[in-house]
Amino acid sequence: MGLLSFYFSTKGNTITISRILLVATALVAIAPAARADKALLNASYDATRELYADYNQVFAAQWLKQTGEKVTIAQSHAGSGDQARAVIDGLDGDVATLALSYDIDAIAEKAKLLPTDWQTRLPNNSAPYTSTIIFLVRKGNPKNVHDWNDLIRSDVKVITPNPKTSGAARWAYLAAWGQVLKSGGTPEQAKDYVAKLYHNVPVLDSGGRGATNTFVQRRQGDVLLSWENEALLAARQLGQDQFDVIVPSSSILAEPSVAVLDVNAAKHGTAKEAEAYLRFLYTPEGQDIAAKHFFRPRNAEVAARYAQNFADVKLFTIDDVFGGWKKANDAHFIDGAAFDQIYTPSK
Amino acid sequence: MSNHRRPGENRIVRFFLIAAAVVLLGAMLVAPLVLLLAEAFGKGVAAYFDSFSKPDTVSAIIQTLLIAAVVVPVNTVFGLAAAWCIAKFNFPGKTLLVSIIDLPISVSPVVAGLVFVLIFGSRGWLGPFFAAHGIKVIFAFPGMVIATLFVTIAFVARQLIPLMQQQGRDEEEAAMVLGAGGFRTFWYVTLPNIRWALVYGVLLCNARAMGEFGAVSVVSGHIRGQTMTMPLQVLALYQDYDSVGAFAVASLLAFLAVVTLVVRRVLEWRFRAELGYAGSL
Repeated sequence: MGLLSFYFSTKGNTITISRILLVATALVAIAPAARADKALLNASYDATRELYADYNQVFAAQWLKQTGEKVTIAQSHAGSGDQARAVIDGLDGDVATLALSYDIDAIAEKAKLLPTDWQTRLPNNSAPYTSTIIFLVRKGNPKNVHDWNDLIRSDVKVITPNPKTSGAARWAYLAAWGQVLKSGGTPEQAKDYVAKLYHNVPVLDSGGRGATNTFVQRRQGDVLLSWENEALLAARQLGQDQFDVIVPSSSILAEPSVAVLDVNAAKHGTAKEAEAYLRFLYTPEGQDIAAKHFFRPRNAEVAARYAQNFADVKLFTIDDVFGGWKKANDAHFIDGAAFDQIYTPSK
Repeated sequence: MSNHRRPGENRIVRFFLIAAAVVLLGAMLVAPLVLLLAEAFGKGVAAYFDSFSKPDTVSAIIQTLLIAAVVVPVNTVFGLAAAWCIAKFNFPGKTLLVSIIDLPISVSPVVAGLVFVLIFGSRGWLGPFFAAHGIKVIFAFPGMVIATLFVTIAFVARQLIPLMQQQGRDEEEAAMVLGAGGFRTFWYVTLPNIRWALVYGVLLCNARAMGEFGAVSVVSGHIRGQTMTMPLQVLALYQDYDSVGAFAVASLLAFLAVVTLVVRRVLEWRFRAELGYAGSL
């Protein structure tokens, strides 16, 4: 606004331009605002927005009390695959908290910001909390969706994000494929099932949160196939009376991973803070925050306290059914692999 | 008045055409604006103004203004220089230059953003050089400026070129004959002739610089409170289930656009002769 009136009030000659340039340079000089004593950047994925908004404050307060050092944590959120790409291209995160270990593997391999054995550095394979894939339907379950087989009925529209860019989507895809194998199906039957499922998907959003919004705010589709924590959060944010959570007979154990990006942290002189930031996730206090935001905690005591939030689902792991992320990725998500073979945009 | 009937004089045809136009205008323009304001004020006036006190939103507004403060002057200078060259001189490669200026308008903004990631990314051509000197380009303020510069580069030049071509170079030649140098001629002869078309181009450039989403989204890194612009913040807040916040920021953007349009209209009306056909858009 100030800018507009500025152009407008001056008579049209080039003194205007030099004056504007002067102002602009002055403004830019002010722009890089004074950083706090220590600043961390957490490159995260879509579904953790509320979790880390909460957690960052608690950690900063705890760190100040413990060490007398002030630390501020900035957040960046997008689809997990997009975030991995951005970090590889130079997004300067001190820590990465992504939806799946494969995305952090990609950072380790391509950008060499951390060693490839990063998963062994923190407990529980560097996954401090877990989640799974469940269904969210409209109140009263008008389409009568109860288990995986209902998702491939011709009258059901499923909303799920794009496995090429989203972590939630990869877990959802693998859950759909894996449950066929787990109930005794062959790989061919699994492929056939997944093809039918994605035929029912009218739109693939690039991130998990985009898909949730498509379902809850724009009211597209009959079933949201996504993170348990996303579904529970959406149900709470937008009213329990609008949605029902449907728990399928079996699903995948999703392990979102966290890691310090060593090279970046060393460059910023924040290695110690970054490490403490992730370790604090494993403490009862950190676990409690995770559970409050509908992530399944690892800590048994905290888990017991929040047991009513989390349905008892038969969970299978990616190592168990797919032989780990590397194999799953090569077989399903790289160009020309299973997902490209089965997916044709419907209608 | 002639006696024979012209197409469109049939009352039924006329009624349906007007009704169609009104419905279309209502559905495409009025309804979204009304909805936007309804959502923004959905939880009351206090909640609306409260959304502008959140640090992340304030930061996004400041970033947007800063980007415009850099991009608009640079593109104004570039636009002037390019239009001056193209309209007043003949040189080999002129047609090529005109096409290149138009390129950013025809390229998808997302592609433009990706190109800058390829150039300035840490594995790109120039990325390692800047990183070695401790300069962050991509996923920081400079990258967002570069991306916005690119998508708005043609806006000033495009307004000036037709007008300057139409005006010809007689006045400049007269000034030269009377002994004025190149710079003096530009300053006292050319610039006064085009000043309102220039302001008009600057307004369009500014509107686009503030509203750009695609290219900036690719190079921003989406760091809350640091590299978000207003359009990015609108989407982020909407996805945070903060629809009041999202639509409040959106309403500010819409307000800025409306102000730009009003200023543009006023200029067009007051200086229609001077604007020539550049103003007939």
